Amino acid sequence: MDIIALGLNHRTAPVEIRERVSFSGDALEEPLRSILSLPSIKEDMILSTCNRVEVYAAVRSFDEGIHDLKGFLSDLPRIPRKQLEKCLYVYRGEEAVRHVFRVAASLDSMVVGEPQILGQVKSAFSQASKYHAAGTILNRLLHRAFTVAKRVRTETKIGNRAVSISFVAVELARKIFGDLQDKAILLVGAGEMCELAARHLITHGVSRVTVTNRTPQGAQELAQIFDGRTIPFDQLLEALKAADIVISSTASPHYVIHYSDVARVIRARRNRSMFFIDIAVPRDVDPRVNSIENIYLYDIDDLQGVAEANIKDRKKEASKAEEIVEREVKRFCQWYESLETTPTVRLLRSKLEAIRQKELRKAYAALSLSSEKERTVLDALTSAIVNKILHDPITLLKRVDQNSSSEILVDSIRRLFRLEESDAIEDREDQEP
Amino acid sequence: MNLIFYYMAVVFYAFGTISYLAYIVFLRDILSKVGAGLLSVGFILHTTALIFRYYEAGYVPITNLYESFSFFAWAILLVFIPVYYNYRIRVLGAFVAPIALILMILGLALPKDILPLHPVLKSYWLPVHVILSFLGDAFFALAFCVGIMYLIQESQIKSRRTGAFFMRLPSLEILDDLNHRSLTFGFPLLTVGIITGSVWASYAWGSYWSWDPKETWSLITWFLYAALLHQRLAIGWRGKKAAIMAIIGFLAVLFTFLGVNLVLSGLHSYSKWR
Repeated sequence: MDIIALGLNHRTAPVEIRERVSFSGDALEEPLRSILSLPSIKEDMILSTCNRVEVYAAVRSFDEGIHDLKGFLSDLPRIPRKQLEKCLYVYRGEEAVRHVFRVAASLDSMVVGEPQILGQVKSAFSQASKYHAAGTILNRLLHRAFTVAKRVRTETKIGNRAVSISFVAVELARKIFGDLQDKAILLVGAGEMCELAARHLITHGVSRVTVTNRTPQGAQELAQIFDGRTIPFDQLLEALKAADIVISSTASPHYVIHYSDVARVIRARRNRSMFFIDIAVPRDVDPRVNSIENIYLYDIDDLQGVAEANIKDRKKEASKAEEIVEREVKRFCQWYESLETTPTVRLLRSKLEAIRQKELRKAYAALSLSSEKERTVLDALTSAIVNKILHDPITLLKRVDQNSSSEILVDSIRRLFRLEESDAIEDREDQEP
Repeated sequence: MNLIFYYMAVVFYAFGTISYLAYIVFLRDILSKVGAGLLSVGFILHTTALIFRYYEAGYVPITNLYESFSFFAWAILLVFIPVYYNYRIRVLGAFVAPIALILMILGLALPKDILPLHPVLKSYWLPVHVILSFLGDAFFALAFCVGIMYLIQESQIKSRRTGAFFMRLPSLEILDDLNHRSLTFGFPLLTVGIITGSVWASYAWGSYWSWDPKETWSLITWFLYAALLHQRLAIGWRGKKAAIMAIIGFLAVLFTFLGVNLVLSGLHSYSKWR
């Protein structure tokens, strides 16, 4: 019995390979079933995102499991086994557990702390549950992984801050304007950078988009993408009055937006705040503009600076997150080891024996027995009862141990008899006189 | 009995304030929740103290300096708690709680005996006048806190210091909006407070307006806030200027409330160290 996590991700495989092994999220039934039908596999689940394709499996034995899974993947989509082998990573047991936890907590992501991955893991798991590919072990593993992810999110600040300049721009816009819903954005220049920065602001609620560009055609194209409108470049000043957020990225060698222009515009706007994002090099907006009240100007270096500071923060937070993962890995492994039958049998016996001894002492006291013989009879009677009761379950446990799928049984017995915390049981016994 | 509840309220406010200050330092959300809880419990105790004092004294307890401090602190929390739960601005507590606490602690140092009411103060106009004035002042206190937060956040964004504190402070627009809203509540209350005060004055002193220092200073305060509101509405003052004005306005409120009582003397000095 073992746990395997194997797969490839953005670090080990180029996109050409990732896209060939990837599975589409709603067509997992067939691959899940065919993995499950492999002789060595007891449970499986498939996580397929644009950055990673991974299979998590509970297997009967590690070597056979690895062999079967690799065979499955290379059978799949026309990839030479050799090439695939080079990209694959394989984790086993505790390492596999750690890997799953780290993936769910977004510690293994390309952008550490990005929040989407948890949702992707969740839906991958729900697919596996739906087609009965996930059983006791993966169930527990994934639920723990969700808990880990949640703890990392709430106990560290890993996902709090923006680490790319376009998200920094969004973060700042939100701190200036609060809700971006009713805000208007003006794009000066129609470059790719402009588009990228605007896209994030628009997904965060900015609704009215205006584009202006020296060549009207470029403006038209960009405006179409965002369902916005265009204005001629010589009406820039007029357009500024209506804009809350201005993103500028022209190729002009001089300033396009001057101090005196902005001073006039802000008066016309009755001091409603404006946020200038100047991503052009050389710069488009006169830096003195930032000194005007209610005007906030960030150029590309400023945004970069904020992003870098945030990345540093995030790395610091990541080490806190790793500690959480380690603690949870340990907890999971304790549970996992407890699924072995032998210690369970031992625990079960000792618990019943403890109960028997305790009740026996009570009986002795109540009957105030003195004769050794009567005591022996009682002792024999009670131990016979305990042994007879235990006989069937223990025989069953020993039998299933030899032919796999014992986890469910062991887990149930542990829960029925509350054998989970062996320490706690000892504690309770200690307290008794 | 009223004092026991007052002392308990002070203790809760103190721990609430500590919790909020710890929140600013350690930036743990749980601390702000604890702070809000402690302040709310303190507020309930404080309310109980006021009710007890009302029954024990037989008049609305706003007649001496201790009672004024206590009532002012109570009014500030009365305004703060709904704002806190509506706007969910966690850090706001860290600015408001210390003000309430300081007022409460100052109250501790003052004589708290219940004395028979000065005959001039026996009028229905008095509680109306004082309660409205303090409620108005409480909104101005809120505008003051929000103004300080605005100045901090504004300077952080301008100077590219976007650290953890930047993340905890709300957006400039919300702060400015709160500033404006506080004024639109505070200003009418202050206006009605002054009018009811002069109505009462005409009963008590025989004249609507006698230019005693308190009257003069409340008029100055009134003009400050009137100017701010006017500038806001007429020429769109907002942001930094409005924040600074709200801060200056509240300093005038404090002087009207305290400075006049302690420094200048006049007809209003019933509440002097009695």
